[in-house]
Amino acid sequence: MIRFENVGLRYGFGAEVLRDLSFHIDSHSFQFLTGPSGAGKTSLLRMLFLSLKPTRGLISMFNRDTATLTKDDRATLRRRIGIVFQDFRLLDHLTTYENVSLPFRVLGKEEAAYRGEVVELLQWVGLGERMDALPPVLSGGEKQRAAIARAVIARPQLLLADEPTGNVDPNLGQRLLRLFIELYRLGTSVVIATHDIALMDEYDARRLVLHEGRLHVYE
Amino acid sequence: MSTSEPFDGAGRTWADRETASAIAVRRGLAPIVPSDSIAGRSLGAVVAIMTFLAALAAGAAMLVAGAANDWESEVAREATIQVRPAPGRDLDADVAAAVAAVRQAPGIGDVRAYTRKESAELVEPWLGSGITLGDLPIPRIVVVKLLPGGAANFADLRKALAAQVPGATLDDHRGWIDRMRTMAETAVAAGMVILALVIAVTVLSVTFATRGAMATNRPTIEVLHYVGATDGFVASQFQRHFLFLGLKGGAIGGGAAMALFGILQAADAWLTGTPGGEEAAGLFGSLAIGPGGYIAMFVVVVLMALVTAVASRRTVGHTLENIE
Repeated sequence: MIRFENVGLRYGFGAEVLRDLSFHIDSHSFQFLTGPSGAGKTSLLRMLFLSLKPTRGLISMFNRDTATLTKDDRATLRRRIGIVFQDFRLLDHLTTYENVSLPFRVLGKEEAAYRGEVVELLQWVGLGERMDALPPVLSGGEKQRAAIARAVIARPQLLLADEPTGNVDPNLGQRLLRLFIELYRLGTSVVIATHDIALMDEYDARRLVLHEGRLHVYE
Repeated sequence: MSTSEPFDGAGRTWADRETASAIAVRRGLAPIVPSDSIAGRSLGAVVAIMTFLAALAAGAAMLVAGAANDWESEVAREATIQVRPAPGRDLDADVAAAVAAVRQAPGIGDVRAYTRKESAELVEPWLGSGITLGDLPIPRIVVVKLLPGGAANFADLRKALAAQVPGATLDDHRGWIDRMRTMAETAVAAGMVILALVIAVTVLSVTFATRGAMATNRPTIEVLHYVGATDGFVASQFQRHFLFLGLKGGAIGGGAAMALFGILQAADAWLTGTPGGEEAAGLFGSLAIGPGGYIAMFVVVVLMALVTAVASRRTVGHTLENIE
């Protein structure tokens, strides 16, 4: 589904922060992306999300060479990828329901066509009672679940999560991990960027470890 | 964060916004780009004022051009023969000969020579009353009314006059007409320049306001990109606001300008017959701009709304190119 070959990344004229990355992510797979702070996890996630171009190497996503994509092509491919940010990136002026519906609105769908689906997902992530609440009045855990719901509502083939348990207590962290595992079982490929060892010990999965700009894969 | 904390500068709290949003969910979705994040009110006022000025310039140019056209057609329907007194010649006989010479020519309607008394009245403001014209070499005027269709040939008329009355000259008012035409064209050109300047200021204002709105909403734009929005979708979210804003501001400004001309027209009708009204009528002709003037102002309103929409579209496009 996704293939990196000898990918390198540098910012400006500085040294390469990521070097010779060669790996693949299969469909219907689960992996942790880990490494110390500043190792480049977020940069790698941004490349996976097409919001950062590599300075060298080849990235192939869904059988397309990303170097040849137009801006609109990238937008179309992003609809097959869901992303959960560490800082949630919810829109404060929209309700939880409206935030989660956003991927459908972007596709130009009528509300009647997706309302039931959004309500069902919000209930599944435990936000059924908070649909009309605005993000500033949600707790950290509620925001995280709303962000996850938004990332998965359009049934992406790939789900990327950047430190999804970074802002929540361990109990909620475990619940969120179970949510990701459930999504993986339903057919989504999942990449969770984290440096939370305890979280990774909870579930035996493939590990992509970034260290000094290079990637080591532990199957 | 507590729900009692302020949401905006208008004293609303997050709880109020939440209730409003809940209602919005039931009635329809809240706009992705919130209206209050766009500098709506101040930009609307700028567009309204600019449209008012542009419509005023267009209306005034139409008024002057119309008045000049009236004068021109009035002056062009007449020609004047000036018969100068010459030593050893009978002025009255020369005047009669001049009248006879032009009366037979094609394209000539009525020909009327000013009498001695009327000539004395013409110079009375400068020379005072009680002047005996016989004592002064004052020329006599013959007013020639031209038939519509422009059949009169001034070259032939001049030749005929020169043959029969040596001291007579024919003035076809061409100099006046040219000057008036130049004045009317200058007024219309000035109106167009003002319109162009107003459009330029509007474009700049809208560009700055759009950039400001996009900078304010940058987090929203980024999130839209993350959920797979194309630039076209993002641009449409902003353009909707600016098109509405342009139409609203344009309608207010254009409506005010139309109302002003309507009031002027009503005042003109009311003042007709009074000395002030006569002065104004003499200068401007009628103060009514007519349906053509109102159509021109309506065109200005549509033009300003389009300018607002196009300027914001271009700015949105340029800004989005730099946002990944």
